[in-house]
Amino acid sequence: MSPSCDFAKLDEILENHKYDPGNIIAILQDTQEVYHYLPKEIFDYYSEKLGMSRARIFSIATFYENFSLEPKGKYVIKICNGTACHVRKSMPILEQLRKDLNLSEQKKTTDDLLFTVETVSCLGACGLAPALTVNDEVFGMMTPEKATELVNQLKGENADAAE
Amino acid sequence: MLQNRADLQNLRALLKSRLDQQKKKILICAGTACVASGSLAIYDEFLRLIREKGINCSVDLQHETEGEHIGIKKSGCHGFCEMGPLVRIEPQGYLYVKVKPSDCLEILETSILKDEYVERLVYHKDGEIFCRQESIPFYKMQKRVVLENCGHLDSSSISEYIALDGYTALEQALFEMSPEEVLNEVEISNLRGRGGGGFPAARKWLQVRRQKAEKKYVVCNGDEGDPGAFMDRSVMESDPHRMLEGMMLAAYACGADEGYIYVRAEYPLAVKRLSIAIEQAHELGLLGKNILGTDFNFDIHISRGAGAFVCGEGSALTASIEGKRGMPRVKPPRTVESGLNGRPTVLNNVETFANVPGIIVNGGQWFRSIGPENSPGTKAFALTGNIKNTGLIEVPMGTTLREIIYDIGGGMRGDSEFKAVQIGGPSGGCLTKEHLDLPLDFDSLKKVGAMVGSGGLVVMDENTCMVEVARFFMSFTQNESCGKCVPCREGTKRMLEILERIVAGNGEPGDIELLEELSETISATALCGLGKSAASPVMSTLKYFRDEYKAHILEKRCPTKSCQKLRKIYIDKALCKGCSKCARGCPVGAITGKVKESFVIDEAKCIKCGACVEACAFKAVKED
Repeated sequence: MSPSCDFAKLDEILENHKYDPGNIIAILQDTQEVYHYLPKEIFDYYSEKLGMSRARIFSIATFYENFSLEPKGKYVIKICNGTACHVRKSMPILEQLRKDLNLSEQKKTTDDLLFTVETVSCLGACGLAPALTVNDEVFGMMTPEKATELVNQLKGENADAAE
Repeated sequence: MLQNRADLQNLRALLKSRLDQQKKKILICAGTACVASGSLAIYDEFLRLIREKGINCSVDLQHETEGEHIGIKKSGCHGFCEMGPLVRIEPQGYLYVKVKPSDCLEILETSILKDEYVERLVYHKDGEIFCRQESIPFYKMQKRVVLENCGHLDSSSISEYIALDGYTALEQALFEMSPEEVLNEVEISNLRGRGGGGFPAARKWLQVRRQKAEKKYVVCNGDEGDPGAFMDRSVMESDPHRMLEGMMLAAYACGADEGYIYVRAEYPLAVKRLSIAIEQAHELGLLGKNILGTDFNFDIHISRGAGAFVCGEGSALTASIEGKRGMPRVKPPRTVESGLNGRPTVLNNVETFANVPGIIVNGGQWFRSIGPENSPGTKAFALTGNIKNTGLIEVPMGTTLREIIYDIGGGMRGDSEFKAVQIGGPSGGCLTKEHLDLPLDFDSLKKVGAMVGSGGLVVMDENTCMVEVARFFMSFTQNESCGKCVPCREGTKRMLEILERIVAGNGEPGDIELLEELSETISATALCGLGKSAASPVMSTLKYFRDEYKAHILEKRCPTKSCQKLRKIYIDKALCKGCSKCARGCPVGAITGKVKESFVIDEAKCIKCGACVEACAFKAVKED
């Protein structure tokens, strides 16, 4: 992730939302789509362009769970811990992934910025419990073994893409 | 662009005739669950095979096609998610389950080129074969009103919705009824809000209608945050136009000209399908200015949530649409007086709006004839947990739990014993064996301390620890508490701490009483509905499973053996061969002994991980 933001890109996002402070949530969502997190620089920039205080923007960015102030991995894996997944044992899957990737509750992203592992309350894919998503793609009927397999497969895909 | 009523009617007639030309249809489920199971690859394979074989086919109703042909479409959710990917063949009604791309050729040759069915791919139960969807027990007991089209039409096609008599209710309302008459019909129906509270929709609408403000809003709550609920997601994904039509009717009845749909961030497919639907409605002039040449103007926007459960609460939801932190405010004034941007706002949930077109077309009396007097209509439930058939169902209000679990749900998974069902998510309560014959409707559930909620039914078997379930919900609510009011912010935190202590084996006498006191205080003093109901799962599990709490606290024992820290692991001397495998595998070195003699576990060191239980080849490591 580059430390300086592409301000032209930010302007484009602001343009799409008509520079309306009321659209701040959508603006931050679009920004996060580009950077996978909210880089520090955007707060000053948006504050100036939208005429709203940095504190307001920051308060929104910290209130909603989907916003991240820290860089996230290329593959964001979200393990569903909704009721249905929980009773069908989703937590062992989380533990397995943390073990495989050397992550913990505090450390959610791998050092190489390839994987982020977190939980989500409910994906609404309860029929396939336990479920997880990798960048919004749903994988159902998971087991710890299948999760390990999936991670290895993603690592492979990434290596192939790098070549 | 449709300029008037005749335009819409002509279009409908044209589309109907095109639909009639599709002598056979292949419907591939493209709901979230089936897509995850690989249904899109099946669609592609069918299309490839059809082209290869030169079969005359059409994928939509947009274009003129000559002569008879078959239609192939990605449909919305059929509801039987467990058995996905699902493929339905019309008009025979054959339903193929767990279909793989390699099965497509056989299906095509057997059911499309001939009129037979592939026996190995239809649903089997207890040696019986169910080739038709409607004959499968899971579907047979259901009554589909809101979900009527789900799985039967192409969800990204306004043409199909219109061909199946969609937007007839809007047409009737605009040309044959006054706004008062629309409102009146909804009042006769006694439609109650499907989002949980069960507040009569017509009363809300009337209050908004009476407001003098010039600007009014219609807002649809699609922030289905209850874990274990996905009815609204399926409606938005599978039949988006029905919901849009419901919102249009509400707007017409209340005098609103702008609408918002608030969809939670976890539902990207729903957002996509709704955006397509809104765009299509715009193109045809069913949204926008002077709809069908009348003076009714209405436009709908989508607002995506950003991950906050509390935004399902009315005032938090409107704050979030305005671009603020989604925190509830003190009421009154209520949303009907001062909602979005301080204007009068009708706020209903997805399923409520989706019920409205049917009420206008068939009349309020028709709706009233379904289900019990005070809770008429049907209700969609998401059936999940330790049950054989998970999925989306719709039954008349007042259906009993027994019918849902055993007839539709097919009974417990692995034939374990039924213990409880959690209804209404983190705001609801649990129902037990004694409630199996309780009719599920707003009032009956309220009496036993539960609520319909949005309609999630999580079935739990005898191996589920109810204290752990209560802890799970409390940790959810605590995590999602917005922090504005003290009772919810601090109270849920204290309750969670106590529950965590109890499941870890550190419960103390007096904990139960303390939990009860905190529950009462939070329910009485929290600011919003979510806070008020935050303690419900604890209260209801305490009511029905008090003994389990006592066993955890007083005997340091989990009756279902699911709380890891309360496990009691020991080595049976008679069976131990002294192979030392367990000792070598123990991560904390808690097992000692001499080889070829029996080993022992040091309780003080043991972390109850169970590695030794799995390691022992002689089943000598046992659990109490």
